[in-house]
Amino acid sequence: MDSKDKIIINGSKFSFRPGETILQVAERNGIEVPTLCYIKGSMPTGACRMCMVEVKGARNLLPSCATPAVQNMVVETESERVIKSRWINIELLISSGHHNCLTCEANGDCRLQELAYRYQVETIRFPESPAIYPIETSNALIIRDFSRCILCGRCIQACNEVQVNNAISYGYRGTASKIVAVGDLPLDESDCVFCGECVQACPVGALIEKPSRFKGRPWEVKKVQTTCPYCGVGCQIDLHVKDNEVIRVTGTEDATPNLASTCIKGRFGYDFINHSERLTSPLIKENGKFKEVPWDEALSFVADRLGDIKSKHGPDSIGVFCSAKITNEENYLAQKFARAAIGTNNVDHCARL
Amino acid sequence: MTNPISDIEESDTILVTGSNTTEGHPVISSYIKRAVEFGEAKLIVIDPRKIPLTRFATLWLRQNLGTDVAWVNGMMHVIIKENLYDKTYVETRTEGFEELKETVQRYTPEYVSKITGIPPDDLVKAARMYAEADSASIFYCMGITQHTTGTDNVKSLANLAMLCGNIGIPGGGVNPLRGQNNVQGACDLGGLPNVFTGYQPVGDPAVRERMAGAWGVSSLPESTGLTLTEMVNKAGGSIKALYIIGENPLVSDPDLNHAERAFANLDFLVVQDIFLTETARIADVVLPSTSYAEKSGTFTNTERKVQMVRKAINPPGQAREDWEILCDLSSRMGYPMEYRDCKMIMEEIASVTPSYGGINYTRLEKEGLHWPCPTVEHPGTPRLHVDKIVRGLGMFHAIEYHPPSEIPDKEYPLYLTTGRVLYHFHTGTMTMQSDGLNDLAPECFVEISLQDAQDYNVDDGDLLKVSSRRGEIRAKARISDQAVRGTIFIPFHFAKAAANKLTNAALDPIAKIPEYKVCAIRIEKLWVQGEDR
Repeated sequence: MDSKDKIIINGSKFSFRPGETILQVAERNGIEVPTLCYIKGSMPTGACRMCMVEVKGARNLLPSCATPAVQNMVVETESERVIKSRWINIELLISSGHHNCLTCEANGDCRLQELAYRYQVETIRFPESPAIYPIETSNALIIRDFSRCILCGRCIQACNEVQVNNAISYGYRGTASKIVAVGDLPLDESDCVFCGECVQACPVGALIEKPSRFKGRPWEVKKVQTTCPYCGVGCQIDLHVKDNEVIRVTGTEDATPNLASTCIKGRFGYDFINHSERLTSPLIKENGKFKEVPWDEALSFVADRLGDIKSKHGPDSIGVFCSAKITNEENYLAQKFARAAIGTNNVDHCARL
Repeated sequence: MTNPISDIEESDTILVTGSNTTEGHPVISSYIKRAVEFGEAKLIVIDPRKIPLTRFATLWLRQNLGTDVAWVNGMMHVIIKENLYDKTYVETRTEGFEELKETVQRYTPEYVSKITGIPPDDLVKAARMYAEADSASIFYCMGITQHTTGTDNVKSLANLAMLCGNIGIPGGGVNPLRGQNNVQGACDLGGLPNVFTGYQPVGDPAVRERMAGAWGVSSLPESTGLTLTEMVNKAGGSIKALYIIGENPLVSDPDLNHAERAFANLDFLVVQDIFLTETARIADVVLPSTSYAEKSGTFTNTERKVQMVRKAINPPGQAREDWEILCDLSSRMGYPMEYRDCKMIMEEIASVTPSYGGINYTRLEKEGLHWPCPTVEHPGTPRLHVDKIVRGLGMFHAIEYHPPSEIPDKEYPLYLTTGRVLYHFHTGTMTMQSDGLNDLAPECFVEISLQDAQDYNVDDGDLLKVSSRRGEIRAKARISDQAVRGTIFIPFHFAKAAANKLTNAALDPIAKIPEYKVCAIRIEKLWVQGEDR
């Protein structure tokens, strides 16, 4: 960048565009400033105070996510004062609720845990605050554990600024603060549409996909990026796989077109994959009942019957429905099969239905 | 879509019609909502239901079912009369303007109001809001296409966009939202009765010769084949056998009672699927295939972007990938098809399909590609018709309004329209296996306005019998402020109360798409909520 506007971070000079925050300049130049509540693309809230940095001449530490870069500003992102502030901040967050990692689903994928490790916060000087709100488990998809919530507000931004579903916000005041749906109703009685954007945004274990609970630790799963099988948007999703089972689905970070968003079907509609009623063997109907047969027998039978019908009634007596659900490669072969192997243009799919 | 999804946030005015976007395409709806809430965009929703997106709309116009050509002509009437159209664009980039002008002359806001029920002032406001924007985009879905006038509806929207110079610019375009993950790809790859891959017509001898050469056959059939709905209609007649892959027409077809009888008349039915669907149950042979998680390949999304599908797990039991099954069967029928993997199939696709010519897995591994992408050096085409309309000059079609095939009368006094809910997908083969989704949408319902409910003495949750000339179903009433008096909505996902027993199989003469969005019905109350039955 050839802008004349310069800022000094940790002793190095960087250019910036007017309006850019300290955090954005730092990230662009590979300087990692720890954040908790910050969501790229949303309005910074400055709620968590984790990204505080020291700015020469400023009386207090400043939140880098919400402070615009200014000409000749001198910033330290890991000064002693900054580190001390983060240390206390992490201690307070941990004491704010029930942050026990033993069976927490976020273990291994928890921002608070990462930060405690990074800043070596081993002992907590403050007593654990008692949980004042019970865990909400009334719906089948999202567990809300308020005792693990650090009130960073990422879920609210995910809901209101990314998905724009406007289903949750802060409720109550002071130590009674809570993330609430309308009227503090359970999610399944509220405006929530269960897209799960909030779950993916939650940096700790306060919001959890219920169907994935106790199915596997983050380090035990293989993540495979693929394309969602539902509507035509083509969202990029990560399948979390353990022991040949898809146990969780998340939106792929930074991939277009969805930029990590999904809808309820993409995120939670995966039970069909490992369902017990999946077809596992070719079937031939005999006397009105299906009988399991080997592939060889099934395919020879189909080839013979189609061959008979073709020779008796001509190729145009046969039709092939390809599918909007199978791949491009498979659709290509299906129409090639109809046209070159059978000899008919009777090939179509449910584009109109 | 003529434009990429990312263009949405560049539109000054967004017109959404015939798309319940928040339920059918939720992630695209977020783009639209963000453009309105956090950007400067204005949103016009034109839909017979007060869909959730109307909460974000500057204007909601409620048209009577099946009257889309009329309101589009009405908007163009206002735009031409008030000189709001893009004269340079019309002169340099289009043809047929005079005919269009003459036709829309009759469509005054007052005349249009009589047909559509849209107040004249609202129509004028919408016309101005669309025409005065620097860039305006149109998004539509099956609410526009599933009509006997579906083709006319789409052409009318294209007229409107061209009239205001909105084709080929960022934030503009005519953007159909495709309803299935790979419906775009199935069309692109020749899964249609009239074209090979990349929309190369089967009727063109040069194309046929080239394809025959590539496929190693002496000739290929030259007459256009039958569409899906035509094949179903002729089942048991001229059609003796059907081979169905990954589709469930016994829930998704219109006039299901008729479709069921037709299927029963087939000599031979093969279904290749992942579950024993309603259609698979009546098949002679069922072949177990793989879900998307168990296969590799590509899907093409609604913005023409080809993206990778990656195998994550092994298939259950003896299930096999669809392409392997097809190769095996084809070889047994005397036409050998042999491929090492999907990558090799894509190489063949690229070699016979100009618009996919530059697409290969090495490139796709990094990032999806928008077709047309003719060569490996070509970056792909996120936005169509930039600088020049693909066919040369954009063609205006002067189109008159025609009413739907069936409208309410004394016997069947209410309109029915069908569609999706957020929580389920198409015939439910996939979504209905998830308890969490079933909890949120356990069964079919009949969405009815408060006024209609009062007229028929219906309470929320009462069991209704809904009948049309073709069949009847039973489902509970849901009184909703999304419904407008005189029009009932029923989702089509649920086989137990299949809305498609009621729908009309009348087809658009060109696209052969059934008129799912309009038919006439009557309702009767069977049981009161809470009573034993």
